[in-house]
Amino acid sequence: MTLPDPATVLAAALAAPFAGALLIAAAGRWPNLRETVTLVTAGALFALVLTLLPAALAGGRPAVTLATMMPGLSLKLALEPLGMLFALLASALWIVNSVYSIGYMRGNAERHQTRFYVCFAIALGSTMGIAFAGNLLTLFVFYEALTLSTYPLVTHHGTQEAMRSGRTYLGLLLGTSIGFLLFAMLWTWQAAGTLEFTEGGILAGKVDAPWVPLLLVLYMYGIGKAALMPVHRWLPAAMVAPTPVSALLHAVAVVKAGVFTVIKVIVYIFGLDLLNAVSASEWLVYVAGTTIVLASLVALRQDSLKRLLAYSTVSQLSYVVMAAALATPAAIVAAAFHLVAHGAGKITLFFAAGSVYTAAHKTRISELNGIGRRMPWTFGAFAVGALSMIGLPPAAGFISKWYLMEGAIAAGRNFVLGVLVLSTLLNAAYFLPILYRAFFVAPDRAGKGKTHGEAPWPIVVATVTAALLTLLLFFFPEVPLTLARQLAGVNP
Amino acid sequence: MTTLIIANLPALVVVVPLLAALLAPLTGRGRAPWLLATLTSWAALALAVALLRQVLESGTVSYALGGWPPPWGIEYRVDELNAFVLLIVAGIAAVVTPYARLSVEREIPADRRHFFYSVYLLCLTGLLGIVITGDAFNLYVLLEVSSLATYTLVAMGDDRRALTASFNYLILGTIGATLLLIGIGHLYMVTGTLNMADLAARLPALQDNRTVRSGFAFIVVGASLKLALFPLHLWLPNAYTRAPSVVTALIAATATKVGAYVLLRFLFTLFGVEFSFALLHTDILLMLLGGTAVIAGSLVAIRQNNVKRMLAYSSVAQIGYMALGFGLANVTGLAAGILHLFNHALMKGALFLALGAVAYRLGAAHIDDMAGLGRRMPWTMAAFVAGGLSLIGIPLTVGFISKWYLVLGALERGWWPLVVLVLVGSLLAVVYVWRVVEAAYFKPASARAAKVEEAPWSLLLPTWVLIAANVYFGVDTRLTTGLALKAAALLLGVDGVEP
Repeated sequence: MTLPDPATVLAAALAAPFAGALLIAAAGRWPNLRETVTLVTAGALFALVLTLLPAALAGGRPAVTLATMMPGLSLKLALEPLGMLFALLASALWIVNSVYSIGYMRGNAERHQTRFYVCFAIALGSTMGIAFAGNLLTLFVFYEALTLSTYPLVTHHGTQEAMRSGRTYLGLLLGTSIGFLLFAMLWTWQAAGTLEFTEGGILAGKVDAPWVPLLLVLYMYGIGKAALMPVHRWLPAAMVAPTPVSALLHAVAVVKAGVFTVIKVIVYIFGLDLLNAVSASEWLVYVAGTTIVLASLVALRQDSLKRLLAYSTVSQLSYVVMAAALATPAAIVAAAFHLVAHGAGKITLFFAAGSVYTAAHKTRISELNGIGRRMPWTFGAFAVGALSMIGLPPAAGFISKWYLMEGAIAAGRNFVLGVLVLSTLLNAAYFLPILYRAFFVAPDRAGKGKTHGEAPWPIVVATVTAALLTLLLFFFPEVPLTLARQLAGVNP
Repeated sequence: MTTLIIANLPALVVVVPLLAALLAPLTGRGRAPWLLATLTSWAALALAVALLRQVLESGTVSYALGGWPPPWGIEYRVDELNAFVLLIVAGIAAVVTPYARLSVEREIPADRRHFFYSVYLLCLTGLLGIVITGDAFNLYVLLEVSSLATYTLVAMGDDRRALTASFNYLILGTIGATLLLIGIGHLYMVTGTLNMADLAARLPALQDNRTVRSGFAFIVVGASLKLALFPLHLWLPNAYTRAPSVVTALIAATATKVGAYVLLRFLFTLFGVEFSFALLHTDILLMLLGGTAVIAGSLVAIRQNNVKRMLAYSSVAQIGYMALGFGLANVTGLAAGILHLFNHALMKGALFLALGAVAYRLGAAHIDDMAGLGRRMPWTMAAFVAGGLSLIGIPLTVGFISKWYLVLGALERGWWPLVVLVLVGSLLAVVYVWRVVEAAYFKPASARAAKVEEAPWSLLLPTWVLIAANVYFGVDTRLTTGLALKAAALLLGVDGVEP
């Protein structure tokens, strides 16, 4: 059997979730059919993305132009290693997350479920558009589409609190992208005459040296989804959403779209050589390092489990940004790998948090005494996720931290090493007490609530699967590592 | 027959609606006047498209009205710029007029409807005529035709406050028209001609003539009043708010565009870039006023509770964007301004039509009444949100394309603060659009909203046609940017610009 033309598959992978969204809307009246459509779409998407993998590993770079928007500027899809990695991550986790969503949305008798699944599919379609974007304009188009399609998900409950959080969410994400990212993009277009993602960058010799750091500032704060402090506040605000949204979108799709864009801009727009030549990303190392530590300190003080996870995400995202800012090949490998590793680990943690909410209706850490004995699967998975965040073997987070350290040592950056050590300690300081509380503290007797066991089985299955994935990434990191090395231009 | 039509296209664009306007009151009180108006608007669109094709194929079209050769007779002269504006006016009319039937039945008493369509068609005649004519005095006459018709249309609003709004508009509009006439008189005094091509040929030699200079001042102020350029916009908010829904959609999408066209024609074609910009620095004026309009208009829009009024102030801001584009006076910037004529017509047309559907069901367009409407009128409100996104300038809508070229033009000229201003303007648009979104989707339904259902399809269809156009021309911009760039190159007298 011959494989279909990769360029066609690219277009199909973008179209599949949008087609799925239409079908889901059409099947809205029959919940079982609707959920089947979601699962089938997710499975089809993953299969499509998977067929692209051999081509990507072999160094193929198929591209397809969808439409010409303006002279010289088109909507264009192109396959490259980082996009492949991101698309694989998002599409694989969509399947897991769909199983989880079904358990969660039904278990909690949420309203407007059709709208939920439709928006979810559109958000995934936008994510594919970001992952496969062949130029910055295409990426920007889907970046904005992702913001808008996740807005109804964040404000799903329709309460005053949801509305306020929605304001923060939309205000910060649209504000930064229109105010800074669009500006930076137009500046780039004006200077370089192209927005194509090109190996080695497009800006060398096009922008005068003193302006390069300023342009980088515009980009980095324009990409609000990367949650660099102080534009991180939309992420805790987004926690008002139902947990599956927080899990897939605000631990994987949306935030990873942010750091994905950061890496793309640094590698393909600026180019590592240009950044190193004028030390343009020096400031970013410090800002990202500060974000890592500060966000962890804030996380330390949270009692709401989801908010703790949100601040942990802010901190972990800056690992990627800091690695990218180091602008050395080893660090770029770390950045790309951490994008995947953190995705798998964090979705596990959110799944576990949602599992607790569904089974016990508890959202606060102080209520979790002894819960690990009632929900052993959930908290087993939580432990794996926590290990990955701290960066301990045998979880995926260890590998990215390893490469990051290697990059920092090779570059002689003591600041980065210091941040990593401090962050490891802080992560341990806020994750280990939760585990201790769940497994070793006796349950509260005062609570008269009904006894409960594990969450519904789809939730448990999804949570455990995500945890297994986190472990598997530690034992079998070859595929993501190969793609990451291709991106950084280093041979294994 | 067809050759006859093709040979007389420029005249027919004006004559067909004019005759229809005279016929309309005679067709009785049923649906006939509406049907006549709709067919006329479609005919006008067909004629405008045919004319555009003719211009694209064989360059500028010159037509001597009544067979009197210019400069003695009235010349109708069509190049890329006015072919494009004709397309805007006729296109919007062709979408808005079919929408009018139900909306007019709701808002205008039965015994006045046939007069309404008559005046409506007169307004259209005037607007099309202003754009097509190549004679300065004829332009003034047609401007008065359209303006008088517009005052009447505004006064037909179902609220008594429509009368004051109309009266205010009448006073200010007449002042504007008079200033324009005085300015044209000045030019006639010095050059002895009223033909615009002739004027364009003679004026460069008279750059130092005081009469020409004061004529210039009169004309710029008069045209700016028609365009509602800040601070001459005072007639606009009330007129838009109080006019019948259909009228608001029509004039918001076309009348200001025609005003902008008049300004462009005089600044660039008649007086020339050299005189208007290098000598008299109109670019600085446009820049300052346009910039203030963007910020002030948006800020005031944020504070409005009547959504129609909010969109009216948003129009003031959007006119500011056009002025900024004109003031940049480079090909990209000017093209952005011209492009925004088209794009803004699409977005405001769609928004006012959506709002008209709301008014059809609710009888009002106050933000509190619209609470919870997202559930009751999902298609209408979805159209409103889509139009709002276009207004903000989200990619894949026309608003994004306008902003892209405008910022690019500013970067080319090295005017960085302008870039910031345009982007801040977009963010302010997010605020006022989202006030409506939050009311419609998050607030519990108001007592009024709880009883309504979705608007009839004859209102929804035209609205969604415009929304579809917003998206289509936001993705495939070959026609619009191609025309705008050509028109800009033509106005600036540079050639060889690749679309």
